[in-house]
Formats: sequence, structure tokens, C-alpha cells
Amino acid sequence: MTSDMARATDKTPTDAPETPGGGRIYRPLTDIVETDQGVSMMIEMPGVGPEDVEITLENRVLTIRGRVHPTRPETLELVHAEYGEGDFERAFTLSEDFDPDRIEAELRNGVLTLTLPRAPEAQPRKIAVRAA
Amino acid sequence: MLYPTYLRRSDPFALMRSMMRDLDRGFWPSSRAAFPAVNVWQGPEAVAVTAELPGIEPGDIEISVKDNVLTLSGERKAPEVPEGARWQRRERAYGRFSRAIRLPFAAADDKVEARMTNGVLRIVVARPEAAKPKRIAIRAA
Repeated sequence: MTSDMARATDKTPTDAPETPGGGRIYRPLTDIVETDQGVSMMIEMPGVGPEDVEITLENRVLTIRGRVHPTRPETLELVHAEYGEGDFERAFTLSEDFDPDRIEAELRNGVLTLTLPRAPEAQPRKIAVRAA
Repeated sequence: MLYPTYLRRSDPFALMRSMMRDLDRGFWPSSRAAFPAVNVWQGPEAVAVTAELPGIEPGDIEISVKDNVLTLSGERKAPEVPEGARWQRRERAYGRFSRAIRLPFAAADDKVEARMTNGVLRIVVARPEAAKPKRIAIRAA
């Protein structure tokens, strides 16, 4: 058993309550790359189909949820488990305003890629304080 | 802690084993863990191995069986980022991986079936006729 793969964080269950069905909720591993044009996020959600992803942006908080279709080979019984399966959920607070209408999401091989272009009007607005 | 997978099981030690495993995980740093993590399923007709391999193209995964050892190897390529990009967060792992899993029987190459759905790999190895469990009849003395 060898692996020269750079080891990153393990898939970890969140502290969030369990689902009504008794399942755990996991925190998806995420890579975030920032360029001058915007931010691109790669979120690992194995077992989640494109129709089971929910992305919301509210008050600069971006929340990503994914419902998992558990892998259960028919007529077989689990005898050795190294990973758990459950829904994914994670929220990020964005540092600037992004245009929610221009956020693009693509799910491929269990990785959700979000592209958040910077809003042109994202320049900081200064509010002058007048002396009373 | 609830272990829903084990509630329906007939093996009374399964719960204990799974708790021991959780303990082990807490004691050892996670860098000892092999990639990918696998779940193994067994039945009278077949054995299945499932693994979460998000972001890996099915063509970049190599599966081979020799005698009773199933080898799973491949590479997860790092995403291409434009020049001048800054990594704000890097939790995912990239690179080559290889893992060998011992099967309870020697399998034939043509009895192995692999399928990838939404980043979850499922390999089903059919049990050869000779390795199927046999029912032993009890004769009256």
C-alpha cells in the first residue's frame, strides 16, 4: 500500500446535527483559487449528482449543499469501512460582493466547480463622515 | 455516536470493531491513511470495493487483479490555474496513488466489473464457482 500523493485533510463530519434519516453531514474538501478576474472554488462532493446540489448566496454567505446517493451494492453486506457517506454542507463568507447571477457552477466527476466573477461595481464605496 | 450501518448486522463484533477503528483514527495522524479510502462489501456471489475518487477521470484510473490482490492506481491531476493565481485554500490532494486490496479469493480478470458514478468508483468482483460458500447438509446419525 504505497501512496506518494500529497496528503491533505481527511473528509470530516461537521458538528452540524445529523439528518432526520440518521446520516452524518460532511464538510466537503475545498480548493479556492483567486485571480484578478474572480474566484474559483473546487468542492469535492463524491456521490452527488448535478440535480442534488443547492447553492445559495445570501448576505455574502455562500452555502453549498449536496445530497448524496449512497453506494450500496445490492445483496452485499458492508464488511470493512474506511469512509462514511452522508450529505455535504459548507458555508463560506465572501470578502466582497459577487454578482449571484453570474456565478457559474459545474459538477464533474464528483467535484463542483464554482466560478465567481468579480462584480464590476465591487469597488469599495467610501462613505464620507460629515462633521456635525 | 451512532453507527447506522451496523444496526442491522448479524455480527455482534462489528460495532466494536468500528469503534476501535474510530479510536485508532484519533490516535494516529491522518497522514498515515492510505489513499483512496475504500469500503469493502461481501456477499455469497461477489465482493465489491467502493472508493471515493472525486475529480479523477475514469481514464486515469487503473484497476488490475492478480490472484487475490486487487490493485487500484492512478493519478489526480492538479487543476490548471492561470498565471498569477493565488491559492486561498488547498485541502484536496493531488498526485499519483496506488492501493492494493486483498480479496478473500483469487479472481479471474474477466469477472471484474468497474463503474464510476459522480466520482464514486465501484468495483464488483464475482466469486468463482469454487469459492462460493457451500451449504453442508447434516445427516441424521
